[in-house]
Amino acid sequence: MAKKVLVLGEVREGALRNVSFEAIAAAQKIADGGEVVGALIGDQVSQLAGSLIEYGADRVVVVQHPHLKSYTSDGFSQALLAIKDEVKPDAIVLGHTSLGKDLSPKIASRLQSGLISDVTEIEGTGDDALFIRPIYSGKAFEKVKIKDGIVFVTIRPNNIAPIEQDTNRAGEVVELSVDIQNLRTIIKEVVRKASTGVDLSEAKVIVSGGRGVKSADGFEPLKELANILGGAVGASRGACDAGYCDYSLQIGQTGKVVTPDLYIAAGISGAIQHLAGMSNSKVIVAINKDPEANIFKVADYGIVGDLFEVIPLLIEEFKALKVNS
Amino acid sequence: MNIFVLVKRTFDTEEKIVIQNGKIQEDGAEFIINPYDEYAIEEAIQIRDAKGGKVVVVTIGGEDSEKQLRTALAMGADEAVLINTEDDLDELDQGAAAYILAEYLKDKDADLILAGNVAIDGGTGQVGPRVADLLGINYVTTITNLEIDGTNVKIVRDVEGDLETIETSLPLLVTAQQGLNEPRYPSLPGIMKAKKKPLAELELDDLDIDEDDVELKIETVEIFLPPQKSAGRILEGELSAQVKELVNLLHTEAKVV
Repeated sequence: MAKKVLVLGEVREGALRNVSFEAIAAAQKIADGGEVVGALIGDQVSQLAGSLIEYGADRVVVVQHPHLKSYTSDGFSQALLAIKDEVKPDAIVLGHTSLGKDLSPKIASRLQSGLISDVTEIEGTGDDALFIRPIYSGKAFEKVKIKDGIVFVTIRPNNIAPIEQDTNRAGEVVELSVDIQNLRTIIKEVVRKASTGVDLSEAKVIVSGGRGVKSADGFEPLKELANILGGAVGASRGACDAGYCDYSLQIGQTGKVVTPDLYIAAGISGAIQHLAGMSNSKVIVAINKDPEANIFKVADYGIVGDLFEVIPLLIEEFKALKVNS
Repeated sequence: MNIFVLVKRTFDTEEKIVIQNGKIQEDGAEFIINPYDEYAIEEAIQIRDAKGGKVVVVTIGGEDSEKQLRTALAMGADEAVLINTEDDLDELDQGAAAYILAEYLKDKDADLILAGNVAIDGGTGQVGPRVADLLGINYVTTITNLEIDGTNVKIVRDVEGDLETIETSLPLLVTAQQGLNEPRYPSLPGIMKAKKKPLAELELDDLDIDEDDVELKIETVEIFLPPQKSAGRILEGELSAQVKELVNLLHTEAKVV
């Protein structure tokens, strides 16, 4: 049966995040020919409504308020619940991002509903949709469904392909007025630390370093390689514990779980905890001096050698490739 | 300060997952306190030491969870509570777990509740915020720094690698991110003392919870392992030739660059 699905368009630094377009694609599967309604929440965000429609939303409901300039769970839950009451959807889809992880449990609590977090794949459509999600940080997967009531899911970035943008698509954009009040949290400051400006969770390419990187300076060539490839830098727990980099870069069972198109592991031995965080990447390249290193067991391509020799050569080759293509 | 820490017993991170008859095999596996919950316990102990009060660790589980509670007591928590659902429930989802914890916490006048930001088994990160919502208190997730001055609270939280500084107030629930602190190992005297610290055991009846209140909203259809990756190609030859070949393979064969 066709369903009505509400999707939150997540705005970061004035632009919609890719995961929101992926969420629309997920919503279309759940809708099964029904309606996909975009939700936009923020201070000055209505100009982004068109993009949601171009990526497959049928219409968009916007809530704008000065108190929604920065994300707070109080502010955004009031706005999203008001949109939900207006739209009366059968399902809700959010990205499994910092914002989605923080907001979705509160909404689920209010709706007294189940919530399927961190979905990487949807099997089937409409009422038959089953949701696949990693457990044990990707060491295993579970296939689940909501028994009854509203279908509420968050999707992991970079796993469900968005549909192609169509600039000819048109749809209605309406603004809903909501009085946002009683915010219990004040955002004082945000310090940007993500070095290349690409989120680890959304990066198509990740260049990751381990103990073999040997120092904070040792990460410089990895950063350069990541920049050339438009990717992000990650790290193993060993590198973080040794103080070579910030814990926010850590990939593994504690830390982030990532699934980029290309994962380059440099000087990482491949402890089971690290493998849990990255082994579902589409293509894995391992660079390690030790031919017995565990990381080679999950790598598609391996180079046995010193990362400080290999990475500079890789930088040159990728530069040459860029010039030629 | 009245401090509560929500903890969960999880598989050791070293464990491989084995599935038998559609279920994850637990026999012989090592269990630990969920690593993110250890940050929450450590932070709670440090706050109590600075401000006074007591730290109560709470878990939902079976008899086996006593071991993890004793570890938390050995680290320095004052009391432990095991909400034993072994006889009443086969399975719990996040909504049910949050409901049980909230029913326990609702008359405890908690100033601060801490939890891990996610458990490394289920990996949903839902229970903390759901508990806060049920209790009607504010919550802040993935925190890396916490300062309390009276009822004013200043927090730094990790937002996709960026650091967000926020101000809020008690009562509050926070979930711990890595980097919040360095959890201590239980000392030998700590372990000895832990044996005598109070560990209360409650069942759903004690909390006036009916089985209907904790009905599952999510059904697990299947649990499976990811496809085994076969080891790939180790390149050979001169290093510069290997690198050339690798870039070529990534471009033409794997098509990822």
